[in-house]
Amino acid sequence: MSGRFVAPRWTPGERLTGRLPDPEWSDEAPTIGVLALQGDVLEHLRALRRCGANAAQVRTATDLDGVDGLIVPGGESTTIGKLLTRFEVLEPLRARVAAGMPTFGTCAGMILLSDELDQDVEQPVIGGLHVRTRRNAFGRQLDSFDTRIEVAGIDGGPLDVAFIRAPRVEQVLADDVEVLAEVDGYPVVVRQGPLLATSFHPEVTGDDRLHAAFVATVRNAMAAP
Amino acid sequence: MTDQSTDHAAATTGSTRVKRGLADMLKGGVIMDVIDAEQAHIAEEAGAVAVMALERVPADIRKDGGVARMSDPEMIDGIVEAVSIPVMAKARIGHFVEAQVLQSLGVDYVDESEVLTPADEAHHIDKWQFDVPFVCGATNLGEALRRISEGAAMIRSKGEAGTGNVVEATRHMRSIIGEIRRLATMDTAELYAAAKEHRAPIDLVTEIAESGRLPTVLFTAGGIATPADAALMMQLGADGVFVGSGIFKSGNPEQRARAIVEATTHFEDPQVIAKVSRGLGEAMVGIEINTLADDQKYASRGW
Repeated sequence: MSGRFVAPRWTPGERLTGRLPDPEWSDEAPTIGVLALQGDVLEHLRALRRCGANAAQVRTATDLDGVDGLIVPGGESTTIGKLLTRFEVLEPLRARVAAGMPTFGTCAGMILLSDELDQDVEQPVIGGLHVRTRRNAFGRQLDSFDTRIEVAGIDGGPLDVAFIRAPRVEQVLADDVEVLAEVDGYPVVVRQGPLLATSFHPEVTGDDRLHAAFVATVRNAMAAP
Repeated sequence: MTDQSTDHAAATTGSTRVKRGLADMLKGGVIMDVIDAEQAHIAEEAGAVAVMALERVPADIRKDGGVARMSDPEMIDGIVEAVSIPVMAKARIGHFVEAQVLQSLGVDYVDESEVLTPADEAHHIDKWQFDVPFVCGATNLGEALRRISEGAAMIRSKGEAGTGNVVEATRHMRSIIGEIRRLATMDTAELYAAAKEHRAPIDLVTEIAESGRLPTVLFTAGGIATPADAALMMQLGADGVFVGSGIFKSGNPEQRARAIVEATTHFEDPQVIAKVSRGLGEAMVGIEINTLADDQKYASRGW
């Protein structure tokens, strides 16, 4: 699928500056999409490009066809979920995730990838990750925090990360879910095969180690028969 | 299962990064003015990324006149209870006690807003003293930079609230973005002169000249009434949109709210904007800006 070109759309910030150069599109590199319905899209695109991937915004089912992996970014999970339904991206995306497309969810993205949510709020989710997740688990904005966190399998010392109205995993529902980091005894980084999810925002600090690990996952998935 | 466990008691709250970070997560979204829990539900259902709790929408503040103040805490509590998305609330310019009260209520963002009657004619709130983040209005780059230097973590255009007329928001967005573009072309000697002209700190001016953008998000507000208005602001370079009176002063709030959300996401796709604009019913009645008396122009409040 990597041969197919998905035109990267300018986001407002990029248009404003014109300073983020067009990515050097490479047929060798994996093409990784960032779901761009709402949220922290630009920072993920930049991190992916720094890690050597082709990065593209995904707003429609057609955009989705052209990517080898996907990041579901931070934002408001209720808003993103509703827009996924209204623009008919939800079902194609569920099908891709079920078919094994590597997918990385951060903050709202973790919520959207979860099979179950703790709240009674009705919101559409993509699902696929066998966990039960609690939205705003650490409290409101006044409780948002910065911290340093060790993640299993990520070398080079703790990651410097931001938890912003962050969710967390309340319960792991299947044996194939690996917990890579915890805060207060609750999982905040989980992996299940090609799916990765974090409660926090790895994209706002310029520390690209998790993005690099995800790009490696996408490469491996592409190399597999 | 793992020994990678952290105790979050040692973490830092209220940092600039988490303050600006929440605004980053609202990008590409629509923040809607609501006056009660029922409207807040409608906004959340429509796909708003946050709601602004206030007692009267700007169109009614204009109509009723009098002093406009922070909302009743009971009403704010009701809205906080009603929705799972972030809740913002307005304090008067310079009224740091209203801001203290809003922080104690646990709102997620405080808007130090020109829509309310200013409480101080010379000073804005020292926003660094707070853990709750602030959004402030600006009509030009200098004003935006002064607010950021006072600690604002999010900037929005002022526009002219409660008019349903987008012309002032357009003017402010073009002004802010055009001035950023000009800074990016300047040499260092010119930047010192520019800092003086903008009445803004040189460090901030230099940072913007280098990065080509504000260190915070830039949203737009003031007069957005239609899906096409929202998309216009996004194409001009806004990171997201505030809609005040435009939704609940229109004929069909549910549908209009959804349409504005969808147009903001697909702001570059005229077919989507056309589709969502069909059959929306009546937009709010607009006001020509030049029919407003000078003391009725909210954008001139703030210094």
